Amino acid sequence: MIRVPRSVGISGLLVLMFLYLPVMVLIVLSFNASTMGVEWKGFSFQWYEKLLADRSIIDATVNSLMIASISTVLSLLFGLGAAIGLETWRGRHTSWMNILILLPLVIPEILMGVALLMVFVLFQVPLGFGSIIIGHMVFNVPLTVVILRARLRKLDPTWEDAARDLGATSWEVLTHITLPMLRPAIWGAALLSFTVSLDDFVVTFFVAGPGSTTLPLKVFSMIKTGMTPEVNALSAIMVVVSMVFVGLSWIFQQRAPVSPTTPSSSE
Amino acid sequence: MIHLPSHSLPLPLKCSFWAAALLLIVFFLFPLLVVFGVSLASRGLYGGVEWVGTLENYRRLADPLLGMIFLRSILFASMTTLVCALVGFPLAYAVARVSQRWQLVFLTLVMIPFWTNFLVRTYAWILILRADGVFNSLLIQLGVQSEPLSLLFTDFAVGIGLVYGYLPFMVLPLIVAIERIPPQLEEAAYDLYASMGGMFRHVILPLSKPGFIAGGVLVFIPSLGAFITPYLLGGGQKMLIGTLIQQEFLISRDWPFGSALSFGLMGIVLMLGFVVSRTFLGRSAR
Amino acid sequence: MHTVVLENVVKTHGQVVAVDDVTLSIKSGEFFSILGPSGSGKTTILRLIAGLDVPDSGTITLQQRIVNADPPHVRPVNMVFQHYALFPHMTVFENIAFGLRMHRQSRQDIREAVEEMVALVRLKGKTQRFPAQLSGGEQQRVALARALVNRPVVLLLDEPLAALDQQLRQDMQAELKRLQQEVNATFICVTHQQDEALMLSDRLGVMHRGTLLQVGTPQEIYEQPVSSTVAKFIGLSNSLSGMVTRTENNFCWIQAEAFPTVMARCPEGGVEHGSATVMVRPERLHISVDGPVNGYENTFPAIVHHVVFHGNEMFYQFRLRNDAIWTARVPIAGTHARPLVPGQSVYLQWAAHDGLVLSS
Repeated sequence: MIRVPRSVGISGLLVLMFLYLPVMVLIVLSFNASTMGVEWKGFSFQWYEKLLADRSIIDATVNSLMIASISTVLSLLFGLGAAIGLETWRGRHTSWMNILILLPLVIPEILMGVALLMVFVLFQVPLGFGSIIIGHMVFNVPLTVVILRARLRKLDPTWEDAARDLGATSWEVLTHITLPMLRPAIWGAALLSFTVSLDDFVVTFFVAGPGSTTLPLKVFSMIKTGMTPEVNALSAIMVVVSMVFVGLSWIFQQRAPVSPTTPSSSE
Repeated sequence: MIHLPSHSLPLPLKCSFWAAALLLIVFFLFPLLVVFGVSLASRGLYGGVEWVGTLENYRRLADPLLGMIFLRSILFASMTTLVCALVGFPLAYAVARVSQRWQLVFLTLVMIPFWTNFLVRTYAWILILRADGVFNSLLIQLGVQSEPLSLLFTDFAVGIGLVYGYLPFMVLPLIVAIERIPPQLEEAAYDLYASMGGMFRHVILPLSKPGFIAGGVLVFIPSLGAFITPYLLGGGQKMLIGTLIQQEFLISRDWPFGSALSFGLMGIVLMLGFVVSRTFLGRSAR
Repeated sequence: MHTVVLENVVKTHGQVVAVDDVTLSIKSGEFFSILGPSGSGKTTILRLIAGLDVPDSGTITLQQRIVNADPPHVRPVNMVFQHYALFPHMTVFENIAFGLRMHRQSRQDIREAVEEMVALVRLKGKTQRFPAQLSGGEQQRVALARALVNRPVVLLLDEPLAALDQQLRQDMQAELKRLQQEVNATFICVTHQQDEALMLSDRLGVMHRGTLLQVGTPQEIYEQPVSSTVAKFIGLSNSLSGMVTRTENNFCWIQAEAFPTVMARCPEGGVEHGSATVMVRPERLHISVDGPVNGYENTFPAIVHHVVFHGNEMFYQFRLRNDAIWTARVPIAGTHARPLVPGQSVYLQWAAHDGLVLSS
């Protein structure tokens, strides 16, 4: 094992601190009794209590969770076929699909936002849950495909051959071999889609309609209108939730069964 | 996975493949075409689109004032990318080379901000930078400064917000790239009389290139189109492309001009993509 | 009775011709090996028989029925894959039961069949483990059991022993032979190791660049290779090119430049006059240190070039007059108590019936 040179290690730690300092400030201030400013006026849960009493925040949370769940499930259903199809028909007239899948991931979000907004308005599609879910799927499907494909590439194709040799039809190969082996990647993709959807601001900002305010939109309007410490409390909760998600994603990856059977020569 | 020609996909999977393709064609590709179409149309009386063909919107792009905004945006994005690379490298190296047990901890620590809401992370900097914010209070309390510095709503604030926001996009690809470099190469370099600096310069940095390229693209593109950060931390004082596009669409309601701006932005991104794939991906066939 | 018959089978992968016009009949109950270097197309033949690949042309007949277009799940054939391809997310039991489950057998039948098979391959007590928790030899036996439990008419083995170390390999060779006798199926085994092919098979075929060069019993192939390619692949050989000048009583006389006339066995079916190659196996060379001795038809002066100690035998390399390098293998317990030293002049001698002439 190589040892990390001291100077590099220390700069690394400093950068890590830079990443966490603002988040820490946020969490600490969310417990500050002070109404204005950052001066410490004692420990208090009052902003959390206020938050829970705020009907519009609860509504926004419910909206966000609903949109994230639906777009995640749909993205998974769409993404599975796309990922397996792209791997199966590799090179056979699918390069257009490869580009189509990659583009949404590299084009600035604001472009996707305004483009979708115009299409929805010009074709008189009502702005609301539907438009937001579609908007989120445009980046969640590619995300799902990328994650699933990475895992598919690592799967040994002879597993599928073996299953077919043992009498499995292509549907049985899918349900008995491919999907179980993809499971960790499926969970990982779902988790990432869910988080990205929950967090998305830009696309949502453009395609949301009245009554479909999501949590990030709510946070944005709170920041814009006035700096009540309620925002701190809400932000702190969102930070903690994201930590839980990272934890979950690690658990899934730990469970990821077994590297491909590389036959050990002896024991 | 190499599949056999005789191995056909089950029908539900085929449906899902085509559904995904259709989704992206209808709600991604087509909207981009609409942006192009609208950019060639005229503005309606009350903000709508009048389908009268014109190149006026593109003529307006030639305005030197707009040129400045594009230039500033490119400058901001480049600086953000550069600083992210400089700051991100030591962290990425440390995470990639730390012992197995600690690596999990550090990777988790790097991942958490990545998964945390961008808006929230940007907002945290308002708390730090504003006149009565954490930083100024600290300076005053320590007696370094008697009057608060005005840090919020400056270029500096926007820069720090962008770097903070997109740093994880640089660090993660770098970790992947550095992890792929066999540690023996470092030992070999030291064995052949390289100093620590020499080892980094001649071995680690060149071999981390794929990570820098991927990270660079992932940081440059969103910072070029960013609009929350300049809006919240820059106060919308000096325009960047992102804020301008947002304004044209939601405040001035000049869709055709906004579309032309969007198309300009996409042009820059596509050009960048072309240059990157030409110079780096084409030749380095590993 | 032929179980598997391939007639004029051709299979291309893009530009590469993997199998080029192969015709082959395999008898029922036979242990047949296909021997060839990697990339010679031998694995493709297995995949064609299993139905994992479809031939471009030609026919594949299984038990008197043409099966060209049959998908793998309707063929009475199973395969042991090169790296076993055990399903990592299933236990040993589930792996072995997989084929029976796909054929919708009852739970009871499956349990009985799996248990019987587990006993046969000696894996009792390990059925609840996952493949990653098994040693290489155990994984190999799971792969065998998973295929054999389906009672295939033909079992295909793709480099079955390649991943095992030397000791295990020898044990598994015996095991394979025993299993074949117990289940009484046709085994078709692909390998690139000539000793394995020679030891295991009733008959074997030698493949090279997609074509089948020779089919026969191990003895026939070892003693009577039809070409120098086969001869080289079946064992290290020394060769010398020249012109055939005379044939008589199954012996040929060959004139090579800078050498006295060489006398060697003619191949079965004779040889045409013209250019030909003489092959001599390293273990058939006699080394005379103090001048030629009687009893050998051929004598070459040579210079010791290189000496390698191999434990139970010595490997010698000699430089001949035409600068060709020949190899000889001498058991340590043999006559040469004192090993040769490089640079030493010796005579290589060999009997006419130990050399074989192959037309080139």
